[in-house]
Amino acid sequence: MVHLKVNGSAQTFDGDPEMPLLWYLRDILGLTGTKYGCGMGLCGACTVLENGKAIRSCATQLKQVEAHEITTIEGISAHGSHTVQKAWAEVNVPQCGYCQTGQIMQAISLLSTKPHPRDADIDDEMSGNICRCGTYQRIRAAIKLAAKERV
Amino acid sequence: MITLEKSSEDKIAIVNVTRRSFLQGALSASAFVLCVGKSSLFARAAANGAHPATTPATLSIDATAFHPGVFLGIQPDGTVLIVAHRTEMGNGVRTSLPRIIADELDADWSRVEVIQGDGDERYGSQDTDGSHSVREFFDTLREAGATARLMLIRAAAQQWGVPEAQCVGDPVHVVSHKGSNRTLGYGELAALAAKQPLPKKEELKLKSPSEWRYIGKPAPGYDVTDVCAGKPLFGMDVRVDGMLYAAIAHPPVLGGKVKSVDDSATLKVKGVKQTIPIDPFTPPHQFQPLGGIAVVADNTWSAFKGRDQLKIAWDNGAHAVYNSSDYKKQLQETARQPGKAVHTIGDPDAEFSKGGKVIEAEYYAPHLAHASMEPPVAVADVKGEKVTVWSPTQNPQGVQEEVAKKLGLKKENVTCHVTFLGGGFGRKSKPDYAVEAAVLSQKTGKPVKVVWSREDDIKFDYFHSVAAMYIKATVDDKGLPKAWLQRSVFPSISSTFDKDAVYGSDGEMSLGWNVIPFDVPNFRSENGKAVNHVRIGWLRSVANIYHAFAVQTFANELAYAAGRDPYDYLLALIGPGHTIDIKQPPDVAAKYPYDTTRLRHVAELAANKANWGKRKSGNGWGMGIAVHRSFLTYVASVVEVEVDKSGAVRIPNVYTAVDAGIVANPDMVRSQFQGAAVFGTSLARTGEITATNGVIDQSNFHDYAVARMNDAPVNVDVEIVESTAPPAGVGEPGVPPFAPALCNAIYAATGKRVRELPLTRNGFA
Repeated sequence: MVHLKVNGSAQTFDGDPEMPLLWYLRDILGLTGTKYGCGMGLCGACTVLENGKAIRSCATQLKQVEAHEITTIEGISAHGSHTVQKAWAEVNVPQCGYCQTGQIMQAISLLSTKPHPRDADIDDEMSGNICRCGTYQRIRAAIKLAAKERV
Repeated sequence: MITLEKSSEDKIAIVNVTRRSFLQGALSASAFVLCVGKSSLFARAAANGAHPATTPATLSIDATAFHPGVFLGIQPDGTVLIVAHRTEMGNGVRTSLPRIIADELDADWSRVEVIQGDGDERYGSQDTDGSHSVREFFDTLREAGATARLMLIRAAAQQWGVPEAQCVGDPVHVVSHKGSNRTLGYGELAALAAKQPLPKKEELKLKSPSEWRYIGKPAPGYDVTDVCAGKPLFGMDVRVDGMLYAAIAHPPVLGGKVKSVDDSATLKVKGVKQTIPIDPFTPPHQFQPLGGIAVVADNTWSAFKGRDQLKIAWDNGAHAVYNSSDYKKQLQETARQPGKAVHTIGDPDAEFSKGGKVIEAEYYAPHLAHASMEPPVAVADVKGEKVTVWSPTQNPQGVQEEVAKKLGLKKENVTCHVTFLGGGFGRKSKPDYAVEAAVLSQKTGKPVKVVWSREDDIKFDYFHSVAAMYIKATVDDKGLPKAWLQRSVFPSISSTFDKDAVYGSDGEMSLGWNVIPFDVPNFRSENGKAVNHVRIGWLRSVANIYHAFAVQTFANELAYAAGRDPYDYLLALIGPGHTIDIKQPPDVAAKYPYDTTRLRHVAELAANKANWGKRKSGNGWGMGIAVHRSFLTYVASVVEVEVDKSGAVRIPNVYTAVDAGIVANPDMVRSQFQGAAVFGTSLARTGEITATNGVIDQSNFHDYAVARMNDAPVNVDVEIVESTAPPAGVGEPGVPPFAPALCNAIYAATGKRVRELPLTRNGFA
């Protein structure tokens, strides 16, 4: 039996404790904002926050998050009103949008430790998140905008 | 009660459909509905059961409902409903297409709700590929908006008992009477507007471009807030009650078959329900499932885990001979021999036989995989003779056809709800994965979601073709070509539909190969034979990728051979500009003549923006330029590179100039070209799919790398030419010139010529 908190709600799971957190969130809890992209922690589409810090949910087994607090995109705001989401919309970042929830979670994690990231900080933190549509230039701009808005 | 205006040419007709006949729930009986469809007779259920995220939450549309072509309806509360009948995959069609209607309708964009259209042939083409959406439907959508607007004006005139000429649709969403202060909202007019006879096309007054309020103005994506909130928009997000999950062990080699299978370990995996064989395809493979063994489970993870436990002995079949290194040599050897003539100008053989300076080069570009962030996925629910499919598809009518064919049902009994696509790039025009879901649903009697892993996606793609090219030219004393011969050899997309096809199709030849946009008096393009060993499909800009790479690199080589600046030389090759015959169909040639003046213009714009020539190339810094017209759009790219001693390539700036005629949404166009530079970086730097004994060597993002933020171009500047020419494509045309511009820049920076992609084959990273 695994116990964890997801978006503030206590959850228990008596299935396979080796199930990646990603599939638990998506298939069991129905929180589909967290995306499957590679299953190997290579693309960042599955990024969620574990105790406030970005992790790859596809490469994190449930037993590894026992008693931890997980936040998904659904948990950061009800209707996209988080500062980072608003910056994303303002810059019109998404093309297909599939990777963007992971990008946003990664950006939130970045800004939580570096409220005013330099370009190099952004590159370092965000290069684990692939966007096949190629929105990187706008992601960088949106992160800078969010950093400004948070002041 | 339906009124129908069917044009004799079977063109798109605008139809006023009385809502009672087909709309319940969503629209009240007094709503005004106008639909545009190709000989559209009446509407069919649309949003009932559709993926909730693609249907506005405020609506619950009943099953008897509507099937519009491109559709608009106005509710009594003034809400304007517009159907997007093409697929959203980052191309922005759910914003750009409805805004074209909204513009001519003078609708308030904030009161428009966009509904995603199901698959239905009455829409006309829904196959969202070939950069078609805006250019193919621009006129039709404008007429739809203008028609509705005129009917609203006539309704107001009737209600007030005043001449129609005194009523105007002004400012938005209302009709005003010039002689008084009276106004009526579109919602108030909806019922009466619906009773107006359908105006003839000649009565419509389309706006002049200066009157456009949305067309040509930048707008954010209609769905941007929902996307950023993680709403369940995508195919991967579809959940249906009672749904099972399936992963399929596909034959490792194309055409392979299961000899035997041991599923005992699989069936012990918690959550696994059963295994089900899927029949191998009958050649040609087309859009049929590959075959294999499906593992059905109650969640995705168990299906994946169960699949890992299968012990399958495969009969790999004839394509097990496929080894990329040997195949490359064959293609190159073929390219060195005379091929089938595609197009000839003048007498190149006579010119070559005169002797003189000859320059020749060989180029090579490997297979590529699409690698959309969302792998192929589909949910199907087969209930007797009826099938419902939810799928991220570029080709919903293809889903209907293929599912019907495989299950032996009628196409009209297959409903295809189109979800958002987590990227498509051409892969999701092929509905094999939706057919897999339908087969499994039929066999299990339950809704089934087939999920392709990333490994499935990379290994079992419809690959972009590998290609070898040879070009030679003889030049005059200024270094300009007197004769030019080019040969291209690649396994054709035709092989997907015809197992005996060995030559490139006319379509592939038209993608940057049959004719070049240079003033060369003697020219011949040729094509050589190649046999396919994997599924070949179209990928964003298709054959333009390798053809532009060869032609634009060769042009750069000629410049250096002539001792000239590559940009000046490129302008000399293009010449002052004129219309050239590139063998377009007559109707296309009439509307979209290939005018090299426009190609020259974008080259000049990009070079000026880049400050071309202001800094001396070399010592690890350089700029490269390439031009290419594809999907009727003229593009020039200047790429700036910094290359360090280890061969690491950094791309600080890309300057792209685009002439796509009228553009619907410049911000989306900018996005597409920014993205194309990143897509181009991926294919040029690391893009390579290879096979060993018929098995694809790559499997995930560690061995099929795509550009990340730290190796993508830092800044992509996109200059859009203001134009009144008809709209052209924007999704794909940014890709072809990128790789040659990059490789030309690397040559300028390092003196090392890249004739084979990707860069990692040339000591660069």
